[in-house]
Amino acid sequence: MTDVQEPDTTSAINNISNTSSSTPRVPPKSRFNIDSNVLMKELEPRVRELRNSLGLLRENITALVGLGFVIFIIIIALLAPVICPPTSADTMYIPRDFKQPKPPGADGHILGTGNWGTDMLYGIVWGARTSIIISLFVVITGVLIGLFVGSIAGYYGGRIDNLMMRITDVFLSLPALILAMAIASILERSLENMMLALIIVWWPSYARLIRAQVLSIKESTYVEAARAIGVKTDRILFKHIVPNAISPLIVAATMDIGAVVLVAAGLSYIGFGVSTGSAEWGRMVSDGQSWFLSTVYWEGKAYTASWVVIFPGLAILMFTMGFSLLGDGLRDILDPRLRR
Amino acid sequence: MRLANYIIKRLLLLIPVLIGVSLIIFTLTRITGDPAAGYINEKMTQSQIDQIYEKYHFNEPVYTQYVYWLNGIITLDWGWSKTYGGPVTDAIAYYFPATLELTLVSICIAIIIGIYLGIASAVRRNRPFDHVTRVVSLLGVSLPIFWLALILQYLFYFHFGWFPSSGRASNVYYLTKSIPDITGLYLLDSVLVGNFALFKDVLWHIFLPAVTLSFGTIAVVTRIMRNSMLEVLSLDYVKTARAKGLSERSIIWKHARKNAMIPTTTVIGLSFGGLLGGAVLTESIFSWPGLGRWSATSIKLFDSNSVLGFCLLVAIIYVLVNLAVDVLYAYLDPRVHLE
Repeated sequence: MTDVQEPDTTSAINNISNTSSSTPRVPPKSRFNIDSNVLMKELEPRVRELRNSLGLLRENITALVGLGFVIFIIIIALLAPVICPPTSADTMYIPRDFKQPKPPGADGHILGTGNWGTDMLYGIVWGARTSIIISLFVVITGVLIGLFVGSIAGYYGGRIDNLMMRITDVFLSLPALILAMAIASILERSLENMMLALIIVWWPSYARLIRAQVLSIKESTYVEAARAIGVKTDRILFKHIVPNAISPLIVAATMDIGAVVLVAAGLSYIGFGVSTGSAEWGRMVSDGQSWFLSTVYWEGKAYTASWVVIFPGLAILMFTMGFSLLGDGLRDILDPRLRR
Repeated sequence: MRLANYIIKRLLLLIPVLIGVSLIIFTLTRITGDPAAGYINEKMTQSQIDQIYEKYHFNEPVYTQYVYWLNGIITLDWGWSKTYGGPVTDAIAYYFPATLELTLVSICIAIIIGIYLGIASAVRRNRPFDHVTRVVSLLGVSLPIFWLALILQYLFYFHFGWFPSSGRASNVYYLTKSIPDITGLYLLDSVLVGNFALFKDVLWHIFLPAVTLSFGTIAVVTRIMRNSMLEVLSLDYVKTARAKGLSERSIIWKHARKNAMIPTTTVIGLSFGGLLGGAVLTESIFSWPGLGRWSATSIKLFDSNSVLGFCLLVAIIYVLVNLAVDVLYAYLDPRVHLE
């Protein structure tokens, strides 16, 4: 943020081509002493862009619905300690009364209870936290690795590019769930190892995406100009090329947040990841599935215990749907070819 | 001739990918613990264990081990499956037909429904039908498949009682041993021997798992089909067909559909991997005696030999299917240049 005042290519080109109209640049006194006028002037196009994007978002109903879901889940995750205060130091441990399952509404359990009397509401609320942590961690780490590998492969080309792309080929030739299964099968079963498996599965697609972008952008005139005035390679790559290459990555990452949770739920459903009775949605479905068609009695009435499967599944559905709607909307907003 | 060259070239390009996949799987087999663990049980004597080390070359350096391991893979010695109680390759041969049948039926359902929905919503663009289809296809990619399986079980087995909840055929056929064993695909076998009661029974059993598995693919196919149909409908030759006075029905279902289906074939190939992954979840819920359930059981029993064997098989199938789809693409669309 602080190096806004350093000479950048656009103004350099302005100075070369149009010296008469461009304002003379005041050399910065110190790196941290920013003249607010200059800052505002520099930021103006970006602010305009942001305002424009927000305006487009307001018109895009599906994206708004998605955003609504996402915000709702984030609020629930943030308020988890308020809604359902944890009873033990391990917040993943769902409090239980070791009694028969109870239907929704019974005995103060709004969503009922499951195996060993685990409170479903607690599981859903803290599961939102688990899901957000898993998906954000996996997607952000994957994006960072992909960004690094992909931009270097795309920019330098040649042998590095070939080697890296063959590596991603190999990873992409396996279906995501299967590869994650293979990796997770040799690791100890824990949430961390599941995330590790998912990162290994996810980074190659980002690397491919960013490489393709960098390949086309590195040929543009402004990059050539930057190279001509002697900007250092790493600065060209990460300051000039990557910011312009990043919007498809943002769209893909947003949609993948949902996809990661889906695969993670699948993995923990078949037995990887967290232990039984933890606040993780896939695990909760798996815990409930062996007896969700059986009958439980509460105050003399018979119920089918379907709620133990229905609620965690709905939570997963809402999470994935929210992020894919939002990602879909973001694509329309961020892709200049699709708007205007 | 050019097609043949193209196929050969693509097959050659497969080699580095397959070597890479084998390296991943091999690394996974050696990265933790002793690889011999999968072959040893508690009844073995020390000399027997030594024999195992000797036989599988576990005492030699890693790169020699890789060569021996790869040789084993090529000569179909994929190790021992604790879950199956036999060699991994035998287990695969035993479970494969069930999975193949399930996947093929799901793909058929997905293609038929997906293409119909895609075309219908392209024709009724931005009308209520289009919006409903969009929601359905969005649900298709957002629904956890294991949850969908359980909900369908709840509704159609438990609540309405229309379909059975598990297995490939009713017990009576197993007890009377009247299931023919020709290809292992019950639907095909029952027709071959002319047992239509069994055919109906198998169809009745496969319905729920196949629908569950196809749901995600339906969504993807619908989406692609709608987009490519919209593109094709705006082309000049469709306008020409309209100008000639052809019926709208013939324009959409004959002229436009054929060309719009070309991009869809690629997507169907790509979704095959998702189907095989989904099979792990679907098969374990519907007790479908296929590869997916076998590998899910292997995971629970910490039998990594079987899990990795399954993954290797899926990788090979996936790569070959995508090759086949690319070739088909070139065949279907003469404009594609084979390079």
